[in-house]
Amino acid sequence: MSDYAISDDSFVPLKIVIAGGFGVGKTTMVGAVSEIPPLTTEETLTAASVDHDSLDGVPEKDATTVAMDFGRITLSAHHLMLLLFGTPGQKRFWFMWDHLASGAIGAVVLADTRRLADCFAAVEYFERRGLPFVVGINEFDDAYHYTPEEVKAALHLRSDTPVMCCDARATSSARHLLIKLVEHAHARSVAARAAPPAEPAAEAGAASASESAQPVPTSPPRSPA
Amino acid sequence: MTSYDDAPWVTDGAPRLRPYAVTGGRTAPTRRLALETLVIAARTLPRVPLTPEHDETLRECRAGPRSVAEVAGRLGLPVAVTKILLCDLLDTCALILTAPAGPPDPTDPYLLEKVLVGLRNL
Repeated sequence: MSDYAISDDSFVPLKIVIAGGFGVGKTTMVGAVSEIPPLTTEETLTAASVDHDSLDGVPEKDATTVAMDFGRITLSAHHLMLLLFGTPGQKRFWFMWDHLASGAIGAVVLADTRRLADCFAAVEYFERRGLPFVVGINEFDDAYHYTPEEVKAALHLRSDTPVMCCDARATSSARHLLIKLVEHAHARSVAARAAPPAEPAAEAGAASASESAQPVPTSPPRSPA
Repeated sequence: MTSYDDAPWVTDGAPRLRPYAVTGGRTAPTRRLALETLVIAARTLPRVPLTPEHDETLRECRAGPRSVAEVAGRLGLPVAVTKILLCDLLDTCALILTAPAGPPDPTDPYLLEKVLVGLRNL
């Protein structure tokens, strides 16, 4: 296209999804790491926008509004802009996650050990999609302290999925989660490139489906361990 | 003559306008923009008169590259409506897309290394 700006203003946008149940600290975490106060971005899918926005997975609805938290981190020296999207964790918002997950580096799933089941849907979605993710146990003062190993076992996570405790209010802690996620995504992509034919699904899912918004097949919900 | 000034026409908290009123009822953008598409205001003045909504949209994109998601959040408009306003401004060359070469590959190890270095240096 002729109307692209090739200049110092050129930045590569990269998405990171912050997922988890209601009240688990998604907005707090976006606010802690973002360089701007978090914004609320509303994606309204109506009958009028069906041609452009997939409504797969939302049966018998002609209008749905999803409010996402938005924040950003500009890495000026590298001409990169990380776009952070805090997104509702319920399964009925999966159509929205398709938008967010395609082309994303990965996801941070925030978990509250008092309501661990609230993050099952997010964990299940990212595992099926093949999107790298880390689980952050947001430590609330009145919650019993579980170790990351216990939470990992309770969530039936793949052994290489990082799980760590965090304080979503603290910039350093929230940033550490992002670093952990990018390290994990990097390790996975290096491994996938070393053995290309082994996992074609992960490659195709991340690279090609930028606009297609493939619905992810549903399955019975996980049961707590 | 009766004054309607103190009688609210809309419920408090409700949007002042139906979302698609600001697009003149148009519901389809002229280009495919993603949530993460970055735009920036052109250094030249737009060739056509702008509506207040277009003007506000353009103003949000003056300070630096802005994503579709951020502009929507700042305008308080749904993303789908914001995309139409942005397309209008792109079509009149008031805005330009800022992307070196298409959508990035988020599984590119070299790109991820740059992200890591950037995050660690914050």
